[in-house]
Amino acid sequence: MSDYNFAYLDEQTKRMIRRAILKGLAIPGYQVPFASREMPMPYGWGTGGVQVSAAVMTPDDRFKVIDQGADDTTNAVSIRSFFERTAGVATTTKTSEASVIQTRHRIPEEPLREGQILVYQVPIPEPLRFLEPRESETRKMHSLEEYGLMHVKLYEDISRHGHIATSYDYPVKVEGRYVMDPSPIPKFDNPKLGDMAAIQLFGAGREQRIYALPPYTQVVSLDFEDHPFEASKPDHPCALCGAENSYLDEVITDDAGGRMFVCSDTDFCEARQAAGHTGTMNGKDAA
Amino acid sequence: MYVAVKGGERAIENAHAWLAEERRGDTSIAELSIGQIREQLALAVNRVMAEGSLYDPDLAALAIKQARGDLIEAIFLIRAYRTTLPRFGASLPVDTGKMACDRRISATFKDLPGGQILGPTFDYTHRLLDFKLAAEGEVPEAATREATPGNVPHVTDFLNHEGLIEEAAHNDTTPPDLTREPLEMPAERALRLQALTRADEGFTLGMAYSTQRGYARNHAFVGELRIGAVPVEMDIPELGFSIEIGEVTLTECETVNQFTGSKSEPPQFTRGYGLVFGQTERKAISMALVDRALRWEELGEEDEGAPAQDAEFVLYHADNIQATGFLEHIKLPHYVDFQAELELVRKLREEAGANSVPEAAE
Repeated sequence: MSDYNFAYLDEQTKRMIRRAILKGLAIPGYQVPFASREMPMPYGWGTGGVQVSAAVMTPDDRFKVIDQGADDTTNAVSIRSFFERTAGVATTTKTSEASVIQTRHRIPEEPLREGQILVYQVPIPEPLRFLEPRESETRKMHSLEEYGLMHVKLYEDISRHGHIATSYDYPVKVEGRYVMDPSPIPKFDNPKLGDMAAIQLFGAGREQRIYALPPYTQVVSLDFEDHPFEASKPDHPCALCGAENSYLDEVITDDAGGRMFVCSDTDFCEARQAAGHTGTMNGKDAA
Repeated sequence: MYVAVKGGERAIENAHAWLAEERRGDTSIAELSIGQIREQLALAVNRVMAEGSLYDPDLAALAIKQARGDLIEAIFLIRAYRTTLPRFGASLPVDTGKMACDRRISATFKDLPGGQILGPTFDYTHRLLDFKLAAEGEVPEAATREATPGNVPHVTDFLNHEGLIEEAAHNDTTPPDLTREPLEMPAERALRLQALTRADEGFTLGMAYSTQRGYARNHAFVGELRIGAVPVEMDIPELGFSIEIGEVTLTECETVNQFTGSKSEPPQFTRGYGLVFGQTERKAISMALVDRALRWEELGEEDEGAPAQDAEFVLYHADNIQATGFLEHIKLPHYVDFQAELELVRKLREEAGANSVPEAAE
């Protein structure tokens, strides 16, 4: 253990963050300003998620970190080792064993259960930001529930492309009130946001915002009656575990256009392979 | 055959080891000491203290060494360290009127009480590379004279006697604390100044320069620029009075800006203010110009739509630690979002009939 307080932040700071979290849980989808601290990793690299994780973590927790669905991406490794060092908590790569999961850009394939906490790293918490750059304006729009601009944007997409041209970071409406940014998860993951048994917490460090979804919250992806929301994914099975219904990464395998599709959720994929499922390019037969 | 992307942990360890080796450089050359950096790269140390918001020359020097001279990285190290420090209390406001000035110049008056003191400045050096420095010679001692006793009065006070410059309203309310509360808009002047004093020097310089070139031009004169040490006092509850706990070197710049009056204000000179840790005069002058530009609303000036007038634009983008973090985060993997975009573009192209390229083998 080091000279730092448990989970790095001092208790006062953690209390301040917990208050913001509680407020967020009380008003699902509302962005609560909080006094984000400078962390020993760069802004934009998960400082919001790290602060939220630090605030909710107890010594008995088992912590999992994923980036792009994988436990072994470098930044996930870095954040996991940060908490191993500063909090001494147990870590795991298994979704089912973790009590706190910090994620960037994905929701695990395996359904989460009550008692688990999913912490999202959020780069830009404001769903209206790219329609209106001014924070003073967007806060007003939220308080007046003025979301017309967003619907116009989606409508313009349809009139121009025939589809809503947003494939990730797809905006949702929470409990019929706040339009919320789900963080840059692929829209494939959007349906998992609603009615989830676990607590979902969103931390944006640089932008100094926390928001939350309590368990079993209604979350609806924005759409139109004649253009319903559609969760999409590459139309392939996983080449390693054969899963038909998981989100896939496309991997380039040679310089002649060869590629394969594999689960982005590494724990899900490994568990399936261990259970005997196999895909077309599993190393066992193709190596 | 595809090998699952594993080994992030080892890759990181090896990268760190390599970094440490590169930082040290050629071991046949003597290692830099913290003292050498503090004494001989003092202006770099000052910038790190100013933008790191922590006055500690030794720690700043250590950060510069650790960061291999990358000052933004050094500032980042200081900021991250700073957050872990307990806060015992707040000092009384420092009185720059009591500054022991190493440098004090006014561009608005030829001579004035307290005098013009050039101090250790690059200003009138000819920028010729001094090859003697490469030969590590001793420096001849500079001439000295007794400091003039007494306080050096502020130039803007002279103008104030005549009522020619706007009154700087006295305000004893505790200013908001940027490092303890989220920055929210609209930001009052005290908060804006707080953000500017730790803002990136380059960004602040660019913003200030843009006002000089006509984007919200505000005709600034350097009324006064002073650099020197000021005592820091703190109220000690157990004692019931304040005591001096140390001193810090500051750079203060007060600009005097032309102003022809507006609907709400009479014609008079107006003020811009810059105050920065250490000898950091480029930053302090820039800060004063940007401060003045941001005050357009309270002075009843027109919104020209200039970047330097836009408090949200300036304050949300001035912090180099926030900016560099977010900028560099695009190095992190984005496979998932990119995959989603790939699917979308493929779909849109298919529908647009543009997909004339044959599907490559899978």
